[in-house]
Amino acid sequence: MEKKFGVYICKGCGIKEAMDVEKVAGAAKKVQNYKFHDALCSPEGVQLIKDDMAKEGVNTVIIAACSPRVKYEEFDFPGALVERVNIREFVAWTMEPNTDATNDAAYDYLNMGIVRTQKGDLPEPNILPDLSSTILVIGGGIAGMTAALSAADAGQKVVLVEKDAQLGGIVNKLYKKIPTGSYINKPLVVDTDIAKTVSEVESNPNIKVYKSTTVSKTDGQPGLYDVTLSNGETMKIGAIVMASGWKPYDASKLDYLGYGKMKNVVTNFELEEIAKKNNGKLLRPSDGKPAMKVAFVQCAGQRDPNHLPYCSSMCCATSLKQAQYVRQNEDALAMIFYKDIRTPGRTELYYKEAQNNPGVMLTKADVTGISEAVNGNLYVEMENTLFGMKTGEKVKVEADLVVLATGMVPTTRGPQEYADGLTKAAGAGDEAKKNYLDQTPKPDYILNLGYRQGPEIPTLEGASGFADSNFICFQYETRRTGIYAAGGVHQPMNMAEAQEDGAGAAFKAIQAIDHVARGVAVHPRAWDVTFPDPMLIKCTACKRCTEECPFGAIDEDEKGIPFYKINRCRRCGTCMGACPERIVSFKDYSVDIVGSMLKAIDVPDDEDTFRIACLVCENDSYPALDTAAISRKKIDPSVRFVSMRCLGGMNLVWVADALSKGIDGMLLLGCKFGENYQCHFVKGSELANTRFSKVSETLNRLQLESERVQLMQIAINEYDKLPDMINEFVEKVKEIGPNPFKSM
Amino acid sequence: MAENKVLVVGGGFSGLTAAVEAAEAGSDVIIVEKNPYLGGRVTQLNKYFWKLCPPNCGLEIQYKRIKNNGKVKIYTMAEVEKISGSEGNFDVTIKVQPRFVNDKCVACNKCAEACEIERSNDFDFGMSKTKAAYLPHNQAFPLQYVIDGKVCKGPACNKCAEACKYDAIHLDMKPETVNVKVGAVVMATGWNPYDAAKMDNLAFGKVQNVITNMMMERLASPNGPTAGKIVRPSDGKEVKNIAFVQCAGSRDENHLPFCSYICCLASIKQATYVRELYPDSKAKIFYIDMRTPGLYENRFYTKIKEDQSVSFLKGKVAKIEQAQNGDVAVTAEDIHGGGKVTEAFDMVVLATGMQPAVESLKSAGIAATDDGFVDQATLPKGIYATGTLKTPVDVARSAQDATGVVMKSIQSLRRK
Repeated sequence: MEKKFGVYICKGCGIKEAMDVEKVAGAAKKVQNYKFHDALCSPEGVQLIKDDMAKEGVNTVIIAACSPRVKYEEFDFPGALVERVNIREFVAWTMEPNTDATNDAAYDYLNMGIVRTQKGDLPEPNILPDLSSTILVIGGGIAGMTAALSAADAGQKVVLVEKDAQLGGIVNKLYKKIPTGSYINKPLVVDTDIAKTVSEVESNPNIKVYKSTTVSKTDGQPGLYDVTLSNGETMKIGAIVMASGWKPYDASKLDYLGYGKMKNVVTNFELEEIAKKNNGKLLRPSDGKPAMKVAFVQCAGQRDPNHLPYCSSMCCATSLKQAQYVRQNEDALAMIFYKDIRTPGRTELYYKEAQNNPGVMLTKADVTGISEAVNGNLYVEMENTLFGMKTGEKVKVEADLVVLATGMVPTTRGPQEYADGLTKAAGAGDEAKKNYLDQTPKPDYILNLGYRQGPEIPTLEGASGFADSNFICFQYETRRTGIYAAGGVHQPMNMAEAQEDGAGAAFKAIQAIDHVARGVAVHPRAWDVTFPDPMLIKCTACKRCTEECPFGAIDEDEKGIPFYKINRCRRCGTCMGACPERIVSFKDYSVDIVGSMLKAIDVPDDEDTFRIACLVCENDSYPALDTAAISRKKIDPSVRFVSMRCLGGMNLVWVADALSKGIDGMLLLGCKFGENYQCHFVKGSELANTRFSKVSETLNRLQLESERVQLMQIAINEYDKLPDMINEFVEKVKEIGPNPFKSM
Repeated sequence: MAENKVLVVGGGFSGLTAAVEAAEAGSDVIIVEKNPYLGGRVTQLNKYFWKLCPPNCGLEIQYKRIKNNGKVKIYTMAEVEKISGSEGNFDVTIKVQPRFVNDKCVACNKCAEACEIERSNDFDFGMSKTKAAYLPHNQAFPLQYVIDGKVCKGPACNKCAEACKYDAIHLDMKPETVNVKVGAVVMATGWNPYDAAKMDNLAFGKVQNVITNMMMERLASPNGPTAGKIVRPSDGKEVKNIAFVQCAGSRDENHLPFCSYICCLASIKQATYVRELYPDSKAKIFYIDMRTPGLYENRFYTKIKEDQSVSFLKGKVAKIEQAQNGDVAVTAEDIHGGGKVTEAFDMVVLATGMQPAVESLKSAGIAATDDGFVDQATLPKGIYATGTLKTPVDVARSAQDATGVVMKSIQSLRRK
């Protein structure tokens, strides 16, 4: 595209009162065509730009006005390269009005914006050929079946793979389920109707079902997955729902509760099987007699750091349901011993039904053990009950059947533990690693991804193997684009929640397929048609990009040359920041573009004028700066902000370039990292920090103080502190003194 | 031919999620939001549990998705008046209240500077004041001022309109009616905090320094009435000894018979606010059951129990009274120790629950079930309820549920 520039400088919102706009416009002289307007966002102002586009052929529009976060509808010019230069929030509203320093700042911002458009280009989407829109659902339990039916009902083709010989998963084993919705005047246990769902799936023309089958290989990328099944069949797949489910916690590890030693101690799952087999009768294993006093021990393994540190969230309601099974025999008694009864929401009314039932006894208790009584009966030993005992005083209650309310272990836990063990062994040396590989049985993999970064979705620290999202707001975010977890492998949840979750994951799969078909990124940059386009001829195969990509979007060939699986890419630019050869570029975002913007900052050679370049994450720090501007917080006029998609795109060469040019200091504003990281590209600011640790080498080479560059973690709600933090940094740089390269 | 358009009623986290997800799958979307801004309840929160991250972080991403997507049409200060028709073809009447400020507003604040009338700020639950011409909050989306028609003197005053250089203020604006056709409807009208004044024994509004958990969020927020300083309302004293009263209305047949779910985790979170702000502070949580089900949620509870300055007492609070110097005395039964305990605190937070906002569903002829919530099974085809209308949920579950509901609304659009 041959660029025809138009620069439009707004004088409204206090801009013309804060600066000499004629001086600022000096930056636009090199592109000649510039205009002022009193309120550029007004219909007249917008028309001015539209007229220039229509009549003068302007196709590169530079708007020096407010933040790009506002007036987005007004300044939307399809087909044109549009650059928003934020001289309202970053200058007029935050700098002392009408000083040379303020004029200089606005001038620099305009100059930087023009440079960005000169270097950048209008992007064209990269749409790969022969895309598949078929959804693969792994797991034929309730979450997987719901996902398959949801997608099929929306017209999508689905392949459902189930490792067992029949569909239905854990629900197959249940005698009855808890109804959903209101519990008032409703039956308290109802049929699961699982057979009906199974037949709906099996008869749906859009769903192809494979039973007794697993996935033995998943290669490729969204829209172009090459999936190989255990039966040898191969297929093209668009996106994947991972609904591989969970297993009950291994109760044999709970020997203090007598499991495995005493016949009449069973798990909640075994009780379902007993009830199902005997048409609702709870016959005890030792002698087949109907159980008349059934004790339920809650949190059998859960909320226990030695077993499962989490709460499985469904076991309280499950025991309340099973108490109703007990009470089908009106002479029988159910006793529930709990830490806390956790029946959130409407389930509270289900709990109420049990409380109102004369044959259900509920008490808080810390169960310490199970011992044998006569005739196959058992004593449940406990303390801290509500029986009016003193603290620490023990009590034992006799029961003829004890049910352990065991919890959920995700099927992803095995692969994760294996991977963790391997990492640990590898850390201990090559021999330990070899021994580990030789001696440790391979886990049951689910996806078997042919990714350089490992065969499964990496699970989070503290997630106990669940394939959970790190984000409160975005529940379907995983680090493997196009693959969405649902049901009990995702988080501990009940059956109704697993159905909602299956539908949600299926929707995200449909959305991912739609996006790759349009060459658009998926969440969070779900509008972005740019993509990384590395100049591989200059690649040195250092592998930093493949190692650092948070989404595993880059594999490498046998020579170590990276190749991008573009549909896995989320466009964060981490690879651009990682590359020491600076060869990764997007059409509107590259090492050269940002570097040139930094070089466009005018550095006067007098010793009293400082220049601080500040790279800001556009998701957290940038809005925080805009918010600070709303309350007119003052920011030192020596600072120049440059917006980053993610601080993970920070390339060290910028630091060298900026400081060797005489910029006095550099500030990197990223989001919070660590265990509860806030980076929407997973590790951006953390990776920037790792790179940043090497900054001192660069600075030493230039014989500059390492304190001239600093990285700060900023959350979006720290707008009240951020201006002061920036100003303090500027003061610190001033104390260090001017950059000696300034006058060179 | 079905309309490839989804109506989302309510622009809180559930509605926003439904809207943006549907738009990114290629549907046109209309959001109808009662407030002058999007984001709903979560915009009033300081941080989310369990992660202690700021809600505006996720909202910023949602807004950015909307800005870049172009398929979402937003009506603020609007409510749905009537929905008729059937799946694939609904006729919707939307009533839009006058904002008195049009979208030429640049958020320069000149109107607020000129305005001489003050109003109680409902965003801060009355703990602060704004001018009648005001910005709902400093990260509001859309970033557009609004004039409170209830207190504004109208064209007779006109000072704000005269101060505006952008022709953005028209004090003669009238309510408008908009008619649209859509293929599917997502109801996401959310919840309201249960009125704490209804519990006589908890003395809200009668005893000084008894506040609700939502008020606590505002006190802790940097854009709140105290700029994030947690001080007590009566005398501005720093709150160093705080109590949280769980189930303030929830799990109570005289008030909310259900469990509001979020309040246990919210109180734990709010205890961390106080503990972080004042290292020499202490907090006590009076509870019936600590309900922190799940993976990270339970870890959050486990972690706070390691803090020796946060204590938990199992027992229902019987009464709250004024103690000396503005302090508050809490009397509760002590389930484990036996008997009753009375203890004085600097401030008491009532963990009030969620009342599902079902009133606006009448427009579509939808009635709540006998427990006050909405059952999907009873809704007409093509109309879907999400979020706290169905059961009390947190933000994470809202996001999950809203995504599942979008799946169903897409089916409605594709079916015909």
